[in-house]
Amino acid sequence: MEVRSPEFKQAARIALQDANLQQALGNLKAGFPGKRAAAVARLPEFDQLRDQARDLKNHILEHLDLYLEEFERNVTANGGTVHWCRSADDARRTILDICRAQGAKTVTKGKSMVSEEIGLNDYLEAHGVTPVETDLGEYILQLRGDHPSHIVAPAIHLTLNDVATAFHEHHKRPRSDDPAVLMQEAREMLRKQFVAADVGITGANFLIAETGSTIICTNEGNGDLTQTLPKTHIVVSSIEKVVPTLEDMTLFLRLLARSATGQEFTVYNTLSSGPRRPGDQDGPEQFHVVLVDNGRSDMVGTELQEMLRCIRCSACMNHCPVYGAVGGQTYGWVYPGPMGSVLTPQMVGIENAGLLPNASTFCGKCEEVCPVRIPLPKLMRHWRDREFEQHLSPAGVRYGLKFWSFFARRPALYRWFAGSGNWVLRLLAGKKGRLGKLPLAGGWTDHRDLPAPSGKTFMQQWEARNR
Amino acid sequence: MATPRPRVGLFVTCLADMFRPEVAFASVKLLELAGFDVEVPRRQTCCGQPAFNSGDREDSAAIARQTIEAFDGFEYVVGPSGSCIGMLHHYPELFADNDPWHQRAVQLKARAFEITSFLSEHLDPQRLSGSFSGKVTYHDSCSGLRELGIKRQPRELLSNMPGVQLCEMEEAETCCGFGGTFCVKYPDISNRMVSNKSDNIRATGAELLLGGDLGCLLNMAGKLKRDGVSVEARHVVEVLADMLDTPPIGAEKRA
Ligand code: SF4
Repeated sequence: MEVRSPEFKQAARIALQDANLQQALGNLKAGFPGKRAAAVARLPEFDQLRDQARDLKNHILEHLDLYLEEFERNVTANGGTVHWCRSADDARRTILDICRAQGAKTVTKGKSMVSEEIGLNDYLEAHGVTPVETDLGEYILQLRGDHPSHIVAPAIHLTLNDVATAFHEHHKRPRSDDPAVLMQEAREMLRKQFVAADVGITGANFLIAETGSTIICTNEGNGDLTQTLPKTHIVVSSIEKVVPTLEDMTLFLRLLARSATGQEFTVYNTLSSGPRRPGDQDGPEQFHVVLVDNGRSDMVGTELQEMLRCIRCSACMNHCPVYGAVGGQTYGWVYPGPMGSVLTPQMVGIENAGLLPNASTFCGKCEEVCPVRIPLPKLMRHWRDREFEQHLSPAGVRYGLKFWSFFARRPALYRWFAGSGNWVLRLLAGKKGRLGKLPLAGGWTDHRDLPAPSGKTFMQQWEARNR
Repeated sequence: MATPRPRVGLFVTCLADMFRPEVAFASVKLLELAGFDVEVPRRQTCCGQPAFNSGDREDSAAIARQTIEAFDGFEYVVGPSGSCIGMLHHYPELFADNDPWHQRAVQLKARAFEITSFLSEHLDPQRLSGSFSGKVTYHDSCSGLRELGIKRQPRELLSNMPGVQLCEMEEAETCCGFGGTFCVKYPDISNRMVSNKSDNIRATGAELLLGGDLGCLLNMAGKLKRDGVSVEARHVVEVLADMLDTPPIGAEKRA
């Protein structure tokens, strides 16, 4: 996918003026956070589970190689194949090769953010294989030629009206605004595709080392059809999703649904453990797991390692006031919101994505709700450090900062500097007590008044009193 | 001879120094009421947060060393801002574990408190007496709330003032969009956030907005004024110390 993160600011301005988008974002804000809070309130040990999950993830990341190798051994023992892919390109090619070996014309797809990350759809299409998204949200996006704006609810930026329009255009049926009718329409369209597909591709929420299984958690059941009907099932997933045991998996499942949608549990939790065995009624004949690294192993052993605890629940973006204002597509790549502001610079380069970790007030709400306690503000600051170090931050910011810190590092000069600024501001404000306009401070005064100092600086007054 | 009173070094904060000295004077008054000797070290400037949050580690560390030295020897360091005191709590991150400054930063952190949390521990609430009477609403600034756990403390202090009637706003814990340099780097997004805040403030019917951080208060007061909303804004210590002679933040000077 094309990286549009450098245009974050312009995109934000447009998003803020897009009434339709703002309506859709309003629905998100009214929905997920309240549901999560209610679900958390019903589970007194929730915070304890978060601690456990954090510790377990840390343990896994310390022994990532061991668990991944155990996973591969067990997938192989079950009759499946694991493909190790260092880059997005490796992963795309591996998947295309499997499809070609099957002579596949169409592939059905369950929702998978990793497949977005590696730009799979465009690649397959360019090479003569037609991907069909079967998750309702992804299906709508595919019709529109659109991209996900959210990692759990990919079409959250759309309103019912948008969906009705897209269906009307593509399905060539009378327009309806009734969600039930639209759902039925999508079902009918997809049913044919499920049967016709040669290969089914799904993501995975977790990879279970002890059994060589993968699991997907969905609310639609489309994933089940995607992986059981075609002859070949490809799981595309990333290396940090591995957990040691089924028991460990359940810990994360308890946190995942509650953090994401406020459900106690996702509706369909489907485990896949290899191809159909003799005597099985159904299931694929081939089972492939494409394991994507794409920069992740470089994060191990660095400050960013903590980001690999992420279980893709979306709580951080659901609660983020910046995401809530501009929506996910403004971030300009696959992963939006606070988790995206940490991951995107790693995957597309800080020189392309520097605006993202800066687009945060560090309010800390994301960290407050993250089920695996990732210190997202700290990790965004990590990227700001790198950006500053590499002289990538805008020159105006750098010089402004150096000018300011020149004074901040010299107390006597600083007092003079503060006193002068204070005097000028009071002079300009006069009796009004505030400024409606101030040169070089348009960022502030375009939208709000600047309250003027109420008197001389504290230091000036204090010294006068204590002389 | 009376035992000497414990010494508090006041961390003025650059915004209180520059924009609202009353906040620092009110802090002095309240700390003295609580039985402390208050001093204002001259070698303090800013906590360094603008540099820290912009990735400028070198200047952050230099400012941190300067602040640590300025407050050497005080039993407590108290300031009227969750954000700036929160920054003091970040100082240990600026130094490697084996750097002697690390230990000094850890010691400063242990002695550094935001004013309302400090007063809620050390001030006998019976001693608070204020003349303010009316409806107020309280904005929880992010750093204070999430880094220092400040939520109940200012409310408890206010509950001892008979005239103060607290009306909570919707989303009191949601960021106001200030975020230090964020508000000028991303003005459109910041504006949306402070507009939401302004709507929530207005909906309470309160006449006065209170908070514990001047950055956020300047942002919200500036927005309320621009929108022509009649809700006034003050730092919570002004009400607690009964220092209400100065016009509210951004309000017209009295004749
Ligand atoms: S960073 Fe935390 S809150 Fe955000 S998606 Fe990942 S696990 Fe969920």
